[in-house]
Amino acid sequence: MSIKNEEFRPKIVAFCCNWCSYAGADLAGSSRLAYPADVKIIRVPCSCRVNPMFILRAFEKGADGVILCGCHPGDCHYSTGNYYARRRMTLLFSMLDYIGVENGRTRVEWVSAAEGVKFSQTMNEFVEKIRSLGENVRLGDLRCKN
Amino acid sequence: MSHANNQAEKIKAISGVNPLKCMKCGKCSATCPAFNEMDIKPHQFVSYVQNGDIEALANSKSLWKCLSCFACVERCPRDVQPGRLIDAARQIVVRTKGQTGLAPEEIPELLDSEVPQQLLVSAFRRYRR
Amino acid sequence: MQRIGVFVCHCGSNIAATVDVKKVVEMVQMEPGVVHAEDYQYMCSEAGQAKIAAAIHEKNLTGIVVCSCSPRMHETTFRTAAERAGLNPYMVEIANLREHCSWIHKDMEEATKKAVILARAAIAKVNLNTPLKPGESLVTKRALVIGGGIAGIQTAIDIADAGYEVDIVEKTPSIGGRMSQLDKTFPTLDCSACILTPKMVEAASHEKITIYTYSEVDKVSGFVGDFTVDIRKKARSVDATKCTGCGVCQEKCPSKKAPSEFNRGLNTRSAIYTPFAQAIPNVPVIDRDACMKFQTGKCGVCEKVCQAGAIDYTQKDEIVTQKYGAIVVATGFDTIKLDNYDEYAYSQSKDVITSLELERIMNAAGPTKGHLERLSDGKHPHEIVFIQCVGSRCSDDRGKSYCSKICCMYTAKHAMLIRDKYPDVNVTVFYIDVRTPGKNFDEFYRRAVEEYGVNYIKGQVGKVIPQPDGKLLVQGSDLLDNKQILKEADMVVLATAIEPEASVRKIATMLTASIDTNNFLTEAHPKLRPVESPTAGVFLSGVCQGPKDIPETVAQAGAAAVKAIGLLAKDKLMTNPCTAKADELMCNGCSTCANVCPYGAISYEEKEINDHGIREVRRVAVVNNALCQGCGACTVACPSGSMDLQGFSNRQIIAEVDAICR
Repeated sequence: MSIKNEEFRPKIVAFCCNWCSYAGADLAGSSRLAYPADVKIIRVPCSCRVNPMFILRAFEKGADGVILCGCHPGDCHYSTGNYYARRRMTLLFSMLDYIGVENGRTRVEWVSAAEGVKFSQTMNEFVEKIRSLGENVRLGDLRCKN
Repeated sequence: MSHANNQAEKIKAISGVNPLKCMKCGKCSATCPAFNEMDIKPHQFVSYVQNGDIEALANSKSLWKCLSCFACVERCPRDVQPGRLIDAARQIVVRTKGQTGLAPEEIPELLDSEVPQQLLVSAFRRYRR
Repeated sequence: MQRIGVFVCHCGSNIAATVDVKKVVEMVQMEPGVVHAEDYQYMCSEAGQAKIAAAIHEKNLTGIVVCSCSPRMHETTFRTAAERAGLNPYMVEIANLREHCSWIHKDMEEATKKAVILARAAIAKVNLNTPLKPGESLVTKRALVIGGGIAGIQTAIDIADAGYEVDIVEKTPSIGGRMSQLDKTFPTLDCSACILTPKMVEAASHEKITIYTYSEVDKVSGFVGDFTVDIRKKARSVDATKCTGCGVCQEKCPSKKAPSEFNRGLNTRSAIYTPFAQAIPNVPVIDRDACMKFQTGKCGVCEKVCQAGAIDYTQKDEIVTQKYGAIVVATGFDTIKLDNYDEYAYSQSKDVITSLELERIMNAAGPTKGHLERLSDGKHPHEIVFIQCVGSRCSDDRGKSYCSKICCMYTAKHAMLIRDKYPDVNVTVFYIDVRTPGKNFDEFYRRAVEEYGVNYIKGQVGKVIPQPDGKLLVQGSDLLDNKQILKEADMVVLATAIEPEASVRKIATMLTASIDTNNFLTEAHPKLRPVESPTAGVFLSGVCQGPKDIPETVAQAGAAAVKAIGLLAKDKLMTNPCTAKADELMCNGCSTCANVCPYGAISYEEKEINDHGIREVRRVAVVNNALCQGCGACTVACPSGSMDLQGFSNRQIIAEVDAICR
């Protein structure tokens, strides 16, 4: 492994529901509220579409942090999707923590379509947190590394 | 950064106040019990800091007439808190003008019955830390 | 293998200024499946769309990726363009290089790198896209309007005039809303009731309009074109079919202590009541909490005096279930509570009132019969102070961050009316800014100053101190004179901020319509779709969407009606083809998916399955495509992994994850 002199740039996957958080991210964009380019957003119809498998896969492929954003409780476009997501992620995150992927690397945040500021702040905080945690060494598929 | 700007930045940092949030409604001046004693009025503190005119503020009577009753802080609809600004300006003056500080023996003769009780109380509140 | 074309948009300089577009084009060409890549100034323009069509034809593309603005903006545009060129519209994916990249990053190298990754993710997804075909669903030709104020009435009349059935659900005993409480309206000063009552009558007598007053929406299910709504008709305790509206019951009712909601609690009403004389329907209701018959069992006067025999103490709430194609929300507003503003002494003095209370005082049908008098002692005031922006434009949590928009104008109206009727009364207005954009609005305000001698002072009031002699000492600032002013007033009127009616939260949740931090309903697009909710089939009318005055409300009500009519005019709607689908070979019929489905879209069938040559009958999940909204809850719940979501399949999302983490 080569010695890195550069600043650590984490890989961060953000799953955003189409109705609230993706729109919130759009609002952050149109309001020019900057957050680090390390965050890449994947659009899903609802936070409940996010299979825990996707998050495991992200870590396996070398992600350093995964964040899931959905509508505020009670505001889900599909009524109850975010409640399912909340339960699933609570279980998944505690399991991940148990196997050594620190709790700080995973996060669920409710961001409404009107909360561009919150989206940007959340991403800034999350990237900051991941930077302080450093590279993720657990779960990574060793075959992917050089 | 010029000296004046630097001072203004310090005041903002100490007070934690963003003068740009002010919408110039004047509720602070409407609330202030020491308004008539002041040469620079509470609502003007905000624009003085915003414009970086700290020298005028530092030399004003207002700096020492403010009771720190924080009525303006309490009622400001924009969370601008002029009372904290003047408090911070006072600290700047105290810090930079060490030579003008009072010697302990000078204090008793300066105390008079006119000094409002509230000023003493809020001085303790402000400087107890 | 797909043949993918990638189209990178400059969006003028919006993307190109921060993202090296040429570099993106160069990089994506190395991606698997990409056979074509180009960039253009404006991909969404006609010329840009022509380029896409040309490439589809020339290169035989099977999928395209457009690297442009948010898919929420132009996904439909590009899908339609692809469809016109003979490509299945669901073979189009958007990489969001504007909102999620160029607009938030400054460093070109970094932004370009991210742009390439976003494009890669979209390409990886398109590689796994399959052509999808939308289904069809029928449209119920009936609209529901929630709220019977001027917004709801106008929307209902407009929809009904187009020939569709409309139901209005109003929670109070009469339609009319806030506007019925107003005395005069700006900027023409015509009487509110005079222009509203004819509209109320028109709505009530319209053959296509059904009005449910004293009713609330209890439950909403279904989706655009096919909503099913439960309306709770609260027990009126009066049989509306028998009541003649003679009013004797209200006159004879011995319990007259309930605060009048219509008069903002400034006086009282009887337990059996209609809110105001012109109420529609003119059928009273019994307020069971105030009625002696219901509270103690002893009374029954109204039943005895009612010649029509309309009183029915045994009436129960009734649920009416009805199907609708479109729903318009017109729930309106209320003034904020002033608990957090002790400095204005609202709770300490009866002579400190809100502007809405002043409307009632000025109104001939109000608690003072239209005489301007102090509520504390009934004396005629000589000095009145108006305070603007009470609770509006407030960045802390005591008030509202927004401008309530109507206060400047109604304060000018009040000041003018008072000066006109009582020239002996001095009127002072403390203002922060006077905001009067609108036709003839500024002229109106200037008239208050120049012709009626209203004293406008630039500055806010710090506190109002009730004096022992009953006067109110107002301490304010005059910023232009740089003075602090102490003024003795007989009355103080607070231009209280408005907020959405509290019930809107519950309604928004039932409709799954999004709502902002101030409880205003969110529009689908702030500029281009201002009367539609992001939830399909739900439209917004009036102040529930944001503060507005009457002309704006009426205009928006008409706009919402047009949108609803546009929906109702269709016989069929194309349904979203991104629905769940079960793999019959893997499904074990466990019912887990059906349990999490919020739409009841999943059922089970006994089906003969050919599993690698073994034929057997199995219980498998079947998704109803008209009901499925494509949330994907079932896909994750499915223990065997047989449930997948078309357009957002497991493989597609994993491909995106892989592309990003590569």
